[in-house]
Amino acid sequence: MTKVGVVVFPGTNCESDVIESVRALGGEAEMVWHGDSSLPQLDAVVIPGGFAHGDYLRPGAIAQFSSIMGAVREFADKGGPVVGICNGFQVLTETGLLPGALQKNAGLKFLCQPATLRVETSNSSLTSAAEVGQTLRIPINHFEGNFTCSPETLAQLQDEDRVVVTYVDNPNGSMGDIAGVCNEGRNVVGLMPHPERASNALLGSEDGNVMFTSLLQSALANA
Amino acid sequence: MTFSVLVEVQLRSGISDPQGQTIERALPTLGYEGVSGVRVGKSMRFTVEAADEAAARAQVDEICQKVLTNPVIEDAIITVDPA
Repeated sequence: MTKVGVVVFPGTNCESDVIESVRALGGEAEMVWHGDSSLPQLDAVVIPGGFAHGDYLRPGAIAQFSSIMGAVREFADKGGPVVGICNGFQVLTETGLLPGALQKNAGLKFLCQPATLRVETSNSSLTSAAEVGQTLRIPINHFEGNFTCSPETLAQLQDEDRVVVTYVDNPNGSMGDIAGVCNEGRNVVGLMPHPERASNALLGSEDGNVMFTSLLQSALANA
Repeated sequence: MTFSVLVEVQLRSGISDPQGQTIERALPTLGYEGVSGVRVGKSMRFTVEAADEAAARAQVDEICQKVLTNPVIEDAIITVDPA
C-alpha cells in the first residue's frame, strides 16, 4: 500500500483532514514532525495548510528552515511526489522548490469560500487522474494566496505547461488566474485551494478526490 | 565592534501592494486628498558584532537574502551605524 507522509509544523491545522482524505481512498498516511531530520519510508509527501510557525515574518518563511525540509527537498529531487496545500504551497515557494510567491490577496480580504478551478494540465503528480478542462469545486481559505512572479517566470510556467489549476473567477488577484503550479519535474505541486475539504459529499463536494487519487497513483509509480 | 542595523523591507517596484492601495483608497474618504504612491513595508532593528562596517553590512545583506526578505517580491534598504 502506498504511504503518504503529512508534515506537521507548529501551527499546521489541516493534517488530519489530509490523512482522512488519503485513507478514505485506500492509501496509508502518517504524520511527520517538522523537527525530524529524516523522512520515514514514504511514497509521497504532503505539506498541509495552517499557519506554520505562526506565519511569523512571512507565511512559510521560518518553515523553510525546519529540519525536515532538507529531507523533503532530497525526496523531491529524487522525483518523489510532494504536494503543498495552501500554507504548504507558501512553504514550497519560500523553500525554492516552486517558483513565485504568494502575496496578500488583492482587496485585502481573507477569503473562505468555494472556488471553481479549471484543470490546466494532467501532467502533474496532483492531476494525473484529472482531465484538462475539467472544472473542480474546491474551497479556498487564505489571506496570502495572490500568486505573484516576474513576467518572465509567468511566461515560462505557461510555455512549459506548469500551471496546474487556475481559478475560473479569480478571487484574489493571482497572476494568470493561477491557483496551483508545479516544478520542472512535475512531481512537486503547490496549490492554494484545499482538496481535503472537498473529499466527501457531506462536505459539499467530492471534487478534491481526483487530486488525492492522482497523488496516490504518482506515489505508487514512485514506490 | 557592535553595529546597530535598520532593515526596511519593501515590495519591489512593479509588485502590486494591496495594503498600500487600500490605504490610498481610504484616505480621501477621511478627507485627505492628493496622497498617492502609498507603499507598505516593515522595518526591523537589531545589532550585529562584526570586525568593521563592511563586514557587518555583508552579513546583514546575506541575512536579508536568506530570510528577512522574499527576493521574489521584496527588497531591503539596509542602514548600518556604529552602536
